[in-house]
Amino acid sequence: MINDILTVMWKERRGMFRYRGSRTRFLLVLVGPLLMAIVFPLQAGPAWVKDLDSVIIAVFVPIILVSITIPDCFAGERERHTLGTLLASCLPDRAILFGKVAVSVAFAWGVTLAAILLGLVTVNIAHGEGRLLLLTPTIALADLALSFLLATLSAGAGVLISLRSETVQQAAQTLTAVLLLPPMLLGMIMTLLQDRVREFIGAFKGEQILLIVVAILAVIDVVVFVAAMTRFQRSRMYLD
Amino acid sequence: MTETAIRIENLTRDFETVRAVDNLSLEVPSGIIFGFLGPNGAGKTTTINLLLGLLEPTDGRAEVLGFDTRTQASEVRTYTGALLEHTGIYEHLSAEDNLEFYGRAWRMPATERQARIKELLTRIGLWERRKEPAGKWSHGMKQKLALARAMLHRPPLVLLDEPTAGLDVMAAVAVRDDLASLAASEGVTVFLTTHNMVEAERLCAQVAVIREGSLVALGDPDDLRARAGGPRVEIVGRGFNEDVLALLRARPEVAAAEVHDDHLMIELREETDVAPLVSLLVGAGVQVAEVRHGKASLEEVFVTLMEEER
Repeated sequence: MINDILTVMWKERRGMFRYRGSRTRFLLVLVGPLLMAIVFPLQAGPAWVKDLDSVIIAVFVPIILVSITIPDCFAGERERHTLGTLLASCLPDRAILFGKVAVSVAFAWGVTLAAILLGLVTVNIAHGEGRLLLLTPTIALADLALSFLLATLSAGAGVLISLRSETVQQAAQTLTAVLLLPPMLLGMIMTLLQDRVREFIGAFKGEQILLIVVAILAVIDVVVFVAAMTRFQRSRMYLD
Repeated sequence: MTETAIRIENLTRDFETVRAVDNLSLEVPSGIIFGFLGPNGAGKTTTINLLLGLLEPTDGRAEVLGFDTRTQASEVRTYTGALLEHTGIYEHLSAEDNLEFYGRAWRMPATERQARIKELLTRIGLWERRKEPAGKWSHGMKQKLALARAMLHRPPLVLLDEPTAGLDVMAAVAVRDDLASLAASEGVTVFLTTHNMVEAERLCAQVAVIREGSLVALGDPDDLRARAGGPRVEIVGRGFNEDVLALLRARPEVAAAEVHDDHLMIELREETDVAPLVSLLVGAGVQVAEVRHGKASLEEVFVTLMEEER
C-alpha cells in the first residue's frame, strides 16, 4: 500500500512541477503567498510576531493552494480522459486517493510554512533593530496546526466536489466558494455580534481558543475525509 | 494460466432504462486474438468495463483468467492490460515517464521495468523520442504508446477497446502491425473490440458479433463468411440485360445473379470453375472487363447480421 501511494505521489509530483507549462503555473501560484509574506510583516511591524497576522497566511494560503491543485488531480483526470486507464490499473482506490491528496497537502503546507518563515525573515530585516523577532509558541503552533488541518480539510472537500464535477474549472470554482464562504460568514457574524463575541472569547485563554479551534477543525477533517474515502470507489466513479 | 481466458455467463448490465449488455454468454480461449465486433453503442465498451471490474453487472457473471470480476476485480486488473476508449496517456509526462508510472503501478522491479520500457519503445519505433512530452505526439503515436503500456507488465490478457479508432490509414496499419507482432511474440490473449471489419479479418482467430448488447454470432471468420452464403463471382463489364440474367439463373451452379451498374454479382451454390459462366456471358454479347472470384467479406457478413436482426 505504501509503495502504491508513493507511486501515485511520484506521478503527481512529476505532473505538478516538471514541465514548462506547469512550471509557469507553479510560479504564478506562488506570487500570492510571496506577497502576503512580504507585505503583511512590512505593514504590521514587530507586532506581526505577536498578533494573529501570521495566522492569516496559515488560514488562506493552504485553502487557495489546495483549491488549485486538488481539482486538477481529480477532476483533471476525468477531463483529460486518463481516469479510466488509471482505474483499470492494479492501484488500489485508497492508494490513488492518498497519493494525490498527500502531494497536494504537502505542497500547500510546505508553501504556507515557507511563507510564514519568509514573513519572519522580512519582519526581522525591516523591523528587527538588532533583536531577533520570533513568533510566540502559541502562534507558531497555531500556524502549524491550522495550516495542516485546513490543507487536509480543503483536500477532502476538493475530492468530494471533484468527483461530482465535469471539469477542473467547475470543481475549482465550487471548491473555492465552499471553502471561503464559511470563514466569510463567520467574520460577518463576529462583526455583528462583536461585543458578545469579545465577552465570550474573553472567558478563555489564547491557548484554549486555539485548542478548541484545532479540535473542531480536526473533527470536521475526519468527517470530510471519511466521506471522501467512502465516495472514492472505482465502481461509483465510473458511473458519475 | 487457464485454457479459457474469459468466460462470460448471462452477463447483463442496465443503465437506468437502457440495457447495454443483454444476457451475453461466450468463452474466449487463451492465446488468440479475439474480435468483439459490433456497431457503435452495441455494448462493446460496457463489456470491457465489466470484464475489468470497473462496472458491476446487473445480472450474470464473468470470469477473467479464472478470477470473478465481481469479487476478484483487483486480481483481474493485476493480470490484465488495457487500452480503453481513450489512450489514457498523461500528455504533460514524457513517453518514458508514462510507462515508468504504470510500471511502478504494476510493481515491476526497477531494472526489469527499465529494460522492458526500452524493449517496447524500441519495438514500436519510439525509443529515440522517449523524453518528449507525449502531448506533442500524433494520435497514432499516442495509441502505440498506449498499446505498449497495456503490454508493459507482460499480462497474459490484454483488453483493447477500438485501438485504431480515429487513426488515418497508415497509423492504423502501423498500430495493427505492432499489435500482431506483440501478441505473437508474447503469446498473450487479446480481447479486441472494433467495428473495423478489415482489422478483425486480418487479426482475429475468432470473433463474436453483438448488437444492442446481445450476441448475434460467434465463430472463426471463415465460419461466419460461410454463413453469409457460398462462393461468389463478381464480373465487371458491359451488356448485362435480363436475357443474360435469365441464362445465368438457369444454370444449376448459380444460386442468384444480380446486376448493379456495371457489376454482375453471381452467387454460386458451391465452389466451381467459373470459366463456363464467363464463356456463356461472352457468347451472349457481354463485354467482360474483369472477373473477381471469392467469398463474402467479414464486412458483408456483419452487414447481413445487422440486417437480419432488424
